[in-house]
Amino acid sequence: MKIKELVERLNLEVVVEGDLEVEVTGGYASDLLSNVMARSSAGNLWLTIQGHQNIVAIAQLIELAGILVTENFSIDDDTIKKAKELEINILRSKLDTYELSGKLYQLGIE
Amino acid sequence: MQKDEIKQVILDCEVEAGDFSVGGEASSKLKSLLHKLGIPAQTIRKIAIATYELEINIIIHTYGGSLKAEVTPSEIRVIASDKGPGIADLEKAFQPGYSTASQKAREMGFGAGMGLCNIKRYSDELNVETEVGKGTEIEARISLRESGDSNE
Ligand SMILES: Nc1ncnc2c1ncn2[C@@H]1O[C@H](COP(=O)(O)OP(=O)(O)OP(=O)(O)O)[C@@H](O)[C@H]1O
Ligand SMILES: [Mg+2]
Repeated sequence: MKIKELVERLNLEVVVEGDLEVEVTGGYASDLLSNVMARSSAGNLWLTIQGHQNIVAIAQLIELAGILVTENFSIDDDTIKKAKELEINILRSKLDTYELSGKLYQLGIE
Repeated sequence: MQKDEIKQVILDCEVEAGDFSVGGEASSKLKSLLHKLGIPAQTIRKIAIATYELEINIIIHTYGGSLKAEVTPSEIRVIASDKGPGIADLEKAFQPGYSTASQKAREMGFGAGMGLCNIKRYSDELNVETEVGKGTEIEARISLRESGDSNE
């Protein structure tokens, strides 16, 4: 499924639009950066409450489909600026990571 | 063939201590260089992960240092060296979950104690030299041969 479709289905806020046409290959949820490095695959959507610049660096380095910031956690201005530069998708939702993971699973993102 | 004679330094960057926000800059630069060199995506991913972990470790655990990358026809070497404090117990440092990261670093999601494990996992050869009070040098070598992609 394309990120664009997830945005519509789950009513996600698009904080930074990189490329919403990108295909999501799966998901990974963690707030520990090294875990994300180790466990997620290219094309995954990453669910986290972190909002600092390093999330963009990570998404770019391991070629994630995008970052979904949960529980409406704040996202630093620098993060947004860097994501725009690097064309990294950043989405946000008021739902928590658990709820969002469940919904994503139901939509077939595993 | 003396293949290792043909060695090209493609990255040589200072990494400053303490500035979490620029974390990933050197790794990012290296990634785009490797892309231009036509290195396969799977290999770039391994190098990117190892380099990022090395870079962040310099930022959060040391007084500063540098990150260097060399390419030979057969492999990529990423060398992280820093000005201290050195690692007292290497065995411990490589244990998953062991971390001395500050509270501030942990709040930002660093400090899982997984970085060195990731570096080890994604490199084909790892050399560590460390001396307390002096500094640490870690060299991660990643093979450019086809069979070098079998770590995952
Ligand atoms: N260059 C270094 N100089 C001094 N100590 C280091 C260095 N690199 C790692 N260490 C020590 O080794 C420990 C483990 O490092 P590792 O990268 O595995 O985990 P971490 O950095 O604490 O957390 P994570 O990488 O998961 O965010 C660190 O907490 C630190 O005590
Ligand atoms: Mg680390």
